Amino acid sequence: VTSKKLEIIAPADEPTIITRREVDAPRAVVFDAFTKPEHLRRWLGPRRLTWVVCESDLCVGGRYRWVQRAPDGQEFAFHGQYREIIPPEKIVRTFVFEPYPDDEAALETLTLEEHNGKTMITTLSVHKTIAGRDRHLAGGRMETGMTDGYSRLDDLLLELAVG
Amino acid sequence: MSQAHHLDAAFAALADPTRRAILARLASGEAGVMELAQPFAMSQPAISKHLKVLEHAGLISRGRDAQRRPCRLEPQRLQQIAEWIECYRRVWEENYSRLDDYLQELQCKELPSNGPQPKKLRTNKLRTREQRRDIKKAGNHRSSR
Repeated sequence: VTSKKLEIIAPADEPTIITRREVDAPRAVVFDAFTKPEHLRRWLGPRRLTWVVCESDLCVGGRYRWVQRAPDGQEFAFHGQYREIIPPEKIVRTFVFEPYPDDEAALETLTLEEHNGKTMITTLSVHKTIAGRDRHLAGGRMETGMTDGYSRLDDLLLELAVG
Repeated sequence: MSQAHHLDAAFAALADPTRRAILARLASGEAGVMELAQPFAMSQPAISKHLKVLEHAGLISRGRDAQRRPCRLEPQRLQQIAEWIECYRRVWEENYSRLDDYLQELQCKELPSNGPQPKKLRTNKLRTREQRRDIKKAGNHRSSR
């Protein structure tokens, strides 16, 4: 069970988030699960959210867009562009949470390493600023539905980011 | 100030590299404006301005000593940031737990229907009703022999 622990590293002085997690499947299967919409719809995002849009044009320069809706009607939309694709081991893509401008995009690298039929999934997201990184982390509040009292935060952060 | 305002102010305060460096310095103990200004090519008033922003955000507090007004770190605000990481963790732990189940399901599907069962089928919940009925039948058959 210890190998199933999710590791999250968010250094105080670098605008990055690193996550590591092992799964019981060969990486070709994991690669599909991370890239094909019919698979993504089955596992990505909290259960309380329903999928509205799940599109992906898996080629270098191709775009993807995900939209999910909460029971209260609030929608969370993300999009980005594929920069590098090496099946079944690596994907580099941009990642934007839609209230924020495209030039705030984080660069995400997904790396899959297979050992004895198990796959170690490593994600590295590099944000433009530490504030942008922290905002991304704080996004977890929204996705877990813990938004009470914080609704203004993101508007204000957007103002700060745009200047 | 409401909690949301505090968070807003903390984000804004942490966005600046000088202010982050000041916080890093204060992590090793309290210090006055003069000491804090020393490593930076900045005037004392410029540093004082940064300190005001940090104080407003609740990231530091300042002593009453009128001459020196020593600054010290207020770790609660940083604690809040640690809590965001916990929320983020909850989101991704749920995602990965769903992924575990889904990968299991995908790998079961890939096997031919009369082929060997996967080595580790953790629970019965991924079996279809038909599969469960077949398993039960097979068991009954064996016990009747």
